[in-house]
Amino acid sequence: MWKWLHPYANPEVSYHFSGKLLPWLSAFAALFLSIGLVWALAFAPADYQQGDSFRIFYIHVPAASLSMGIYFGMAIAAFTSLVWQFKLADASAAALAPVGATFTAIALITGAAWGEPMWGTWWIWDARLTSELILLFLYLGVISLHNAFEDKNLAGKAAGILTLVGVINLPIIKYSVEWWNTLHQGSTVSKLGAPSMSVDMLWPFLFCFLGFVLLISVIVCIRFRSEILARNSIRPWVRDLVAAHLNQEKTNAV
Amino acid sequence: MSVVNLSYRTAFSLVLKRDLTIALRHKDDILNPLLFFVIVVTLFPLGIGPEAQTLSRIAPGIIWVAALLSTLLSLDRLFKSDHNDGSLEQMLLSPQPVFILVLAKIVAHWLITGLPLILIAPLLAVLLHLNEQSYSALILTLLLGTPVLSLLGAIGVALTVGIKKGGVLLSLLVLPLYIPVLIFATSAIDTAALGLPYSGQLAIIAALFFGSLTLAPFAVGAALKVSTN
Repeated sequence: MWKWLHPYANPEVSYHFSGKLLPWLSAFAALFLSIGLVWALAFAPADYQQGDSFRIFYIHVPAASLSMGIYFGMAIAAFTSLVWQFKLADASAAALAPVGATFTAIALITGAAWGEPMWGTWWIWDARLTSELILLFLYLGVISLHNAFEDKNLAGKAAGILTLVGVINLPIIKYSVEWWNTLHQGSTVSKLGAPSMSVDMLWPFLFCFLGFVLLISVIVCIRFRSEILARNSIRPWVRDLVAAHLNQEKTNAV
Repeated sequence: MSVVNLSYRTAFSLVLKRDLTIALRHKDDILNPLLFFVIVVTLFPLGIGPEAQTLSRIAPGIIWVAALLSTLLSLDRLFKSDHNDGSLEQMLLSPQPVFILVLAKIVAHWLITGLPLILIAPLLAVLLHLNEQSYSALILTLLLGTPVLSLLGAIGVALTVGIKKGGVLLSLLVLPLYIPVLIFATSAIDTAALGLPYSGQLAIIAALFFGSLTLAPFAVGAALKVSTN
């Protein structure tokens, strides 16, 4: 497996490989998202209690669960980079962080928009809401630490250490917030729990979820490629690439 | 040139003594965070109103949040001056494990900032009409909790020590990590006010303490190596 994997440690190979992946990922993301969203927003049955406002669920839940998933992915990349000094892992962690923060924000905003008609309030100090908010703070910390360093290599290492500290703390924070919530105040709103979803609702949800996963991979791919270019801007292969690109533009202009 | 072989214990106590001596020669560094702690706590009754009942209800939260903030304020001096005059790099280059040296610095920091905080906290608790049953819980949670604040904060300082304007960034990095300590400490004090046993919360804070005691110095060491580069 390592023999098969090691060529991708080369930034040039990785750059071209992710470039080849990109159109496929984009096509599938567009396909799944358009099918999933149209199905979810227009054709899936409305909830018997919540009516049509429940449909935000199809965006909120994928965003919320992926926001945690992206942090975990970032932590794996940070670990890989710190242990095996694998520089591209830094680039992928840097590519992931803002995407994760955005999805956390999307989860919070859609959650607030959903909470207003359902619970009658934009925000309650529910355990899951609170831990999502703290997750956003952790993301913002990683991003701003990354931006604070001039040297990208140092930035990657520092942000990587912080990511790992955060990933150890994340379950502790999550459980302490849940505990705090049950101790300080009774849950004012009965949670959704784990409703057994009907199949008509499950399929559009799965399409949406997969669509969002693909969308994230597209964005991360694009960001990953530009991170590689920024970090290797003095390498000859990047210069050749730019020269070729400029030549093409010139011929197009003529 | 002869190489002096220091035992781990000697190295630890040397760094500890050095840091304590430096701190005692700059007494402002000890006093200012403490003063900040007192002032922040006094602001709350002024903002909220002097009713004893309200104050005693929110006293644990106020004292603990003020403790977090004043620890945050004092964290900067943990590595900053050593980084500026280069002695931090010398420490990292020394043959002793970074773990020992970092731990000594953190212990010194706690002795300088955490301990005075614990000594003055009961006084502030009186000002806030804290429930009488809660005093022992307040002291115990501070005793177990403030070292966690120093340990976790050291990670944040170590990451930001090389950055010019690291102060605000530091709070963004460190405060989310302080949340579990805050939650369990205030809940222990609240539980004590009801006359219920709070050993569960204390046990969790103790777990956080031992967990961060064993893991944080490694993270600090790695972060310092990045920062000094």
